[in-house]
Amino acid sequence: MIRTVFKNFVSPRATRPYPIEVRPAFEHTRGELENDVSGCTFCGVCAKKCPSACITVNRKEKTWRLDPFSCVYCGICVDACPGECLFHTTDHKKVVLHKIPVVLTKEDPGLEKPEPGPA
Amino acid sequence: MNPVDMTTETLRQQAKQIKADGCRFVTVTCLEETEDTLALIYHFEKNLELFHYRVRIPKDKVVPSLCPVFSAAFLVENEIRDQFGVTFEDLEPDFNGTLYFGDSDVVTATPFCRFGVKRADG
Amino acid sequence: MSNTILPFGPQHPVLPEPIHLSLTVEDEVVRQAVPALGYVHRGLEMLTRKKDFHQMIQVVERVCGICSMMHAMCYCRGIETLMDIEVPRRAQFLRVIWSELHRIHSHLLWLGLYADSFGFESVFMQFWKIRERIMDINEATAGNRVIVSVNRVGGVRRDLSPSQCWWIGEQLDEVETELKAIESTMLDNYTVKKRTVGKGVLTKEDAWELGAAGPTLRGSGIARDMRELKYEALDELEFEPVVETGGDAYARGAVRFKETLQSIDLVRRAMARLPGGETAAKVKGKPEGETALRVEQPRGECMYYIKADGSRFLDRLRIRTPTFANIPPLTAMLPGIELADVPVVVLSIDPCISCTER
Repeated sequence: MIRTVFKNFVSPRATRPYPIEVRPAFEHTRGELENDVSGCTFCGVCAKKCPSACITVNRKEKTWRLDPFSCVYCGICVDACPGECLFHTTDHKKVVLHKIPVVLTKEDPGLEKPEPGPA
Repeated sequence: MNPVDMTTETLRQQAKQIKADGCRFVTVTCLEETEDTLALIYHFEKNLELFHYRVRIPKDKVVPSLCPVFSAAFLVENEIRDQFGVTFEDLEPDFNGTLYFGDSDVVTATPFCRFGVKRADG
Repeated sequence: MSNTILPFGPQHPVLPEPIHLSLTVEDEVVRQAVPALGYVHRGLEMLTRKKDFHQMIQVVERVCGICSMMHAMCYCRGIETLMDIEVPRRAQFLRVIWSELHRIHSHLLWLGLYADSFGFESVFMQFWKIRERIMDINEATAGNRVIVSVNRVGGVRRDLSPSQCWWIGEQLDEVETELKAIESTMLDNYTVKKRTVGKGVLTKEDAWELGAAGPTLRGSGIARDMRELKYEALDELEFEPVVETGGDAYARGAVRFKETLQSIDLVRRAMARLPGGETAAKVKGKPEGETALRVEQPRGECMYYIKADGSRFLDRLRIRTPTFANIPPLTAMLPGIELADVPVVVLSIDPCISCTER
């Protein structure tokens, strides 16, 4: 037991002082869902495939609407997107006060899709 | 899978035979086949192999429970009573349709049936 | 003294999930236990009427968070059987890797909760610290920590690169070393044994008759592991089911501890033999027919019955989860034990109530 006690005195701590030190995100982490609308054709495939029905696409008005609080972060829409404009950031959704859906149009684009890094 | 057909009359007798053969009770699946009939599929297991027995019943029929033979059957039969409204005879302990839904209003409904049935004693 | 009926749960410090047990006690000794369910019933089986058979994968994953990978795997295997799809060999190996990783992290979570149930807080912390490495592996390879969502009908959605395999191997070595360091604390400690040995005994005959599953069955001396069915790539990876003969809470804990080490070994061997090639087969058409199949989850055997009529929506999906099978044995274990041991015995079957009620 004494050995364990001494070992615990000198070994580094197992936890991270979180807000000060943040672990870098993994490359494939499915964080927030974003749409780079510049490449979006508003085809509606993502809305059709989504298992939690969190995406609605209006093809006439060309709007792409996401309810991030129904999203289950499965990434099915990202796999299905024919224009490859949907992507996940590596950051998780932050806490919010009000549940406001994301509505994107051609005039009001979201984030730009980052270039894929070296594999 | 090829379920063997059984009737409610021979059900308990055959279950005793199955148990004597050294089979283990796995579960019962209830499904709605037509508007008036349900099918109960009994699954048993021996040496990593599954055996299926199917009983077709009209919706208002009282089915003999397997509890006297396999006492583990009480949970799944109570569940079927909740979801499909099938009444089992000699069910012990019998929750009388309140296993999942407690004493709420849902008890009178059969939520897993496409075509609702009115419970006998709802 | 006359009998007293004590309510146990749905809210109880040792219960991670809500289940209610009405315990009839005589003095301090339990005489009868009657379970009451329904606190987390969600009717997921009936969602087959609203979600098509591809979308159901994401629904069955949510039957149980912690064994989500196995639920999806079992469901996909069922659909693949109905549609006659041959899954590529690489996908089969990847499924085994992810499912064994899930088994490791589920067992580690349970070992922590179990230690907590008899008041061993520091071991609880240690197990959860070790578990964090597996969660990191899940996040780095599949994108999410718990609900990895890697399955699709016909294969898997993610792939492992050689560098990732190497890193997973490195992490698993660390996990193994850390686990070995607390092995004696969990299995040979006087205090732990005092709280667990001889508590909630389930005899071999009772376990078989009451249809117990998984570590509860194997803890009673019956070598029955659904992985013996050699599904996916398990036909190439030989293993022996872990068996303990005690039938008590200690035996069930020991089975899970040894299975964790066994799963680490299985993941290593699966990664070493990982073949090249595609990770998913093409899917055309719609499923038709009925099938019943089983996989081994961390908690025991899980049975899926799938009936499809050739449309987008399945006719009937029935999920028999391991905890559902383990509740009748639990009610047989409880009579005769003291009230203070009830939390340990209830946790020893690894109850997953959201699984049970679906």
